[in-house]
Amino acid sequence: MKAVKVEHVVQETPDITTIYFPRVDEARPGQYYMVWLPGVDEIPMSLSTIGDPSSVSVRVVGDATRALSQLKKGDKIGLRGPLGNGYTIKGKHPFLVGGGTGIASLTPLAEEMAAKDIKLTFLIGARSRDQLLFNERLSKLLGAGLVVSTDDGSEGFHGYASNYACDILSKGGFDHVYICGPELMAVKIWVDADKLNIPVQASLERLCKCALGLCGSCAIGPYRVCRDGPVFDSVKLREVASDFGKRRMDASSRMIRVDH
Amino acid sequence: MGGLTSNSLAIDLAGLKLRSPTLNASGVLGISAPLLKRVYDLGVGAVVTKSLGPMSRTGHINPTVAEVEGGLLNAMGLPNPGVEGFMEELRELKWDGVPVVASFFASTIEEFQTSAKALCGAGADALELNLSCPNVGGESGMCAADAISVERVTSAVKKVANAPVIVKLSPNVTDIAGIAMAAERGGADAITAVNTLKAMAIDVNFRCPILANVTGGLSGPAIKSVALRCVWEIAEAVKVPIVGCGGVSNWRDAVEYLLAGASAVEIGTAVMYHGFEVYGSVNEGVARYLRENGFGSVKEVVGLAHRK
Repeated sequence: MKAVKVEHVVQETPDITTIYFPRVDEARPGQYYMVWLPGVDEIPMSLSTIGDPSSVSVRVVGDATRALSQLKKGDKIGLRGPLGNGYTIKGKHPFLVGGGTGIASLTPLAEEMAAKDIKLTFLIGARSRDQLLFNERLSKLLGAGLVVSTDDGSEGFHGYASNYACDILSKGGFDHVYICGPELMAVKIWVDADKLNIPVQASLERLCKCALGLCGSCAIGPYRVCRDGPVFDSVKLREVASDFGKRRMDASSRMIRVDH
Repeated sequence: MGGLTSNSLAIDLAGLKLRSPTLNASGVLGISAPLLKRVYDLGVGAVVTKSLGPMSRTGHINPTVAEVEGGLLNAMGLPNPGVEGFMEELRELKWDGVPVVASFFASTIEEFQTSAKALCGAGADALELNLSCPNVGGESGMCAADAISVERVTSAVKKVANAPVIVKLSPNVTDIAGIAMAAERGGADAITAVNTLKAMAIDVNFRCPILANVTGGLSGPAIKSVALRCVWEIAEAVKVPIVGCGGVSNWRDAVEYLLAGASAVEIGTAVMYHGFEVYGSVNEGVARYLRENGFGSVKEVVGLAHRK
């Protein structure tokens, strides 16, 4: 457990906040920290910036995320990690699709790809223009390589990111797909990419308690999202197809439906 | 499937025929059938479920674990889907032919009996009575500290169970041999020794306990010598077979437990250090040890260190 002081906080959208802190370890895109707020909770957060400073980006969904989003410069947080496998850079023409806060974990990947002169296309999707995370940061990085969809049509493609992703994929030219976002979006894009025989890496989310690969709370099929993931390739996604986009375990490890 | 080509690893644990003397410790990977199948495919003799209660529980909030030198602290708070909520997983495991030890807990005799019946009815090959979780306060935790309760609960469960009943004991007692004898009097078919050692960790930066539950249970290499001593004392006091549990990370640890009187070992925290493969490598190492020292079966070494 390392304790770090928050360097600064940026309100990205009405409900997404990025918390910057000094780099403590080498990390790869797609890896996560268990972020500890004493007295509140400890939750898994993907890195949304890798480097110094590093960051996590959080959407308010409950007590822990609210407390995280209310942090101020100088506040201390505890970090356990970086954990998980992260993305592996593959392909000459990768296509990245991020939905909502899923944009966070793909952004450092896009930055690393761009630094390696890999010509990528990154589709970011959100409910509306003011919900788009890192629009400006990615637009500066990728220029025309950044495409946008909003559910309400306030910017870019009018409709779900999964539908737009399908259009873009079918036009051809991509040899690898990276997905992070709502699971129903992810599963749809995976199915489309699979039909076109394009390999996929998708970052999945399950309830992580120990994050050490022991407790099993994050199980999906025979895998543990905390240790075997969070990034799953096409082969593993096929193995967990009866769960992916369909069912997950709640806090008591009871199977419930995936509903977003 | 490490070492399983050699049938020297097969054991009989209270009537339960197991292909090897290793099991996963309860609470480790035991919450879903596919994860337990993955453990079984690596060579364990049987899998042990997460402790199941009469009703579903979400457990404690995080941090539920804290890594410490030589081990791990946990205070998960017995999250589980309840006996009924786990039935589908249990049936899936039985469908695939996996021997299952169903770990369970309760707070009343009636609940213990209801759960025992339900688990046996769904095909559990054995029951492991968790009388010793240190992390759930007064509700249903440390009944293992009281010999009279242990005997009462054990005999109540024995009355309704049609599978072997293994009683899991706590090291957080003054006289573990006395408790083991109470379990034996109650009719226990075997004893698992031990659950975690009550412990805690404090963070110097935040100047507070790390675990949300403040205290938790210590597991891993740090507790091996304590757990080994417990197995030794129990072996001197009872006739029923013992399952050793606490810090087994390699074949040498496992053999130490066998020599101390355990017929099998449960492995948990070592998965954090060595991955799933630890189950196969422990079996392989034990088989090699038996072969190289001229033993034909695990049974021949159980309790050997007690020779006077």
